[in-house]
Amino acid sequence: MKKEDLDKLAKLSRLSLTDEEKEKLALEFDSILGYVSEIEKVSVGERVLEAGLLRNVMREDGEPHESGLYTEAILNNAPDTEDGYLKVKQVF
Amino acid sequence: MSVDLNKLTIEEALKGLSNGDFSSVDLVKSSLNTISEKEGDIHAYLEIFNDAIEQAKKADEERKNGGKGMLLGIPLAVKDNILIEGRRVTAASKILEGYVAPYDATVIKQLKKEGAIFIGRTNMDEFAMGGSTENSAFGVTKNPHDLSRVAGGSSGGSAAAVAMGSVLGALGSDTGGSIRQPASLCGVVGLKTTYGSVSRFGLMAMGSSLDQIGPFAKTVGDAEILFKAISGYDKMDSTSLPDDFYKTESKKEKLVIGVPRNFIFTEGIDKEVLSNFEKSLNLLEKSGAEIKDIDLPSLKHSLAVYYILMPAEASTNLARFDGVRFGLSEDGGDVLGSYMKTRGDGFGREVRRRIMLGAYVLSSGYYDAYYNKANGVRALISDDFEKAFSSVDVIATPTSPVPAFKIGEKSEDPLAMYLADIFTVPVNLAGVPAISIPSGFTEEKLPLGIQFIAGHGGEETLFDLGKKFESIRE
Repeated sequence: MKKEDLDKLAKLSRLSLTDEEKEKLALEFDSILGYVSEIEKVSVGERVLEAGLLRNVMREDGEPHESGLYTEAILNNAPDTEDGYLKVKQVF
Repeated sequence: MSVDLNKLTIEEALKGLSNGDFSSVDLVKSSLNTISEKEGDIHAYLEIFNDAIEQAKKADEERKNGGKGMLLGIPLAVKDNILIEGRRVTAASKILEGYVAPYDATVIKQLKKEGAIFIGRTNMDEFAMGGSTENSAFGVTKNPHDLSRVAGGSSGGSAAAVAMGSVLGALGSDTGGSIRQPASLCGVVGLKTTYGSVSRFGLMAMGSSLDQIGPFAKTVGDAEILFKAISGYDKMDSTSLPDDFYKTESKKEKLVIGVPRNFIFTEGIDKEVLSNFEKSLNLLEKSGAEIKDIDLPSLKHSLAVYYILMPAEASTNLARFDGVRFGLSEDGGDVLGSYMKTRGDGFGREVRRRIMLGAYVLSSGYYDAYYNKANGVRALISDDFEKAFSSVDVIATPTSPVPAFKIGEKSEDPLAMYLADIFTVPVNLAGVPAISIPSGFTEEKLPLGIQFIAGHGGEETLFDLGKKFESIRE
């Protein structure tokens, strides 16, 4: 795999990687992708493609829990908050 | 009263507790003694809960007042990717250091209801990615049978915690063999449950179409008790199935055990593993089972399919770790820079590798060739199982192609590590249940395991056969 492709993948994956790691990953990717590419040769024929056992799971939209019940426990885990909100970097 | 937890099963401990031979406090003291004696060498745990004795006192009190919980006063350990309210939980990752679970996983709720005691949270490969616990951000777990070797993974800490005699059972999660393989390498029983039979609410997701929670125990009977305690429909997990979803057949007098020889007897499988497996089959045949050769032609593609689908799902699931809502947060200048720095620093090497791999197979231009094709081949693998189970009751394979390997032996070669999942991965792709049961030792005294696989919802069949196997094995 070429370095430009790895740069693009790292950005898509939101991962900062060192050049050294990218070099190593390029080799590992070649070996892993070389192995998994064997499925190219398998003929799937007419078999329907599906991911697991798919069913719709629906429920009535009712009985909400009391407002704010979990807010504190959840915000306690956040790195930065302000007035009950998660604080993020300026977007624009 | 002094009692040695190491010599007890859950069944025996429950009897002793109800007879008043010893208390739950005695059991927990024995557990903590074993931990202080052996944990320094083994490193099965990431944290020992400091309220274990308090929990035991409560359980003893409850028993005095007529409490009837299925696991009342029984000390257990929990893999570090299952949430227990108010306790730290990290999936053995730096990215979750300091995170405190805001709620109980459904399995924890069920265990609490049955009166179980939680001794601690166990070590694992980071986010359950690996087969040796070498990918833990907090150091490797060593095999209690040989400290120079791995305990297996990813639930290596749970397997070692049971094998070293520090708890009577433990919970793990199994995405491609993460319960069965460490169980085999550590010489304990491990059960991968039918997809949808045990709620995953409160389990940190890796590969959502594959992940399943299951128990470790010393005996099949104990694994059965734990399975009964944690299984059942849960409205909080939309993949959870109604209890009667799969129709299971009534008990059979003579079980037919299918053996996919073309799949098992191949290059790269340890000779002692194969000879031990043959021995086990002979014993089963002598005890009245019918052994039948079967062909599962698509199974040879299982690993390739797995190492496409699992990274694809993992890269999606792990997108939630952004340094904004919880866990580690590193300043990288702007919004994107902070995401990249947090995730680059917080995730370990194997996790970064799988996220990248997942992003690759899902990216436009490769999606059809990898992800879609893998789903198609997965369907063929499921078909193979379905067809096989029309003529056999159970399928048998070794659990792991090799006994416990040396620490560091495979950690520099990801593909070599991936190949160790060869016998366990097909089970997750098909969503069927499977159990690993100790089947003997190598000449070097390393444990070996046999894997029995049943059709969907066939846990009962596995328990029956497993108990029989325990009574006839050498």
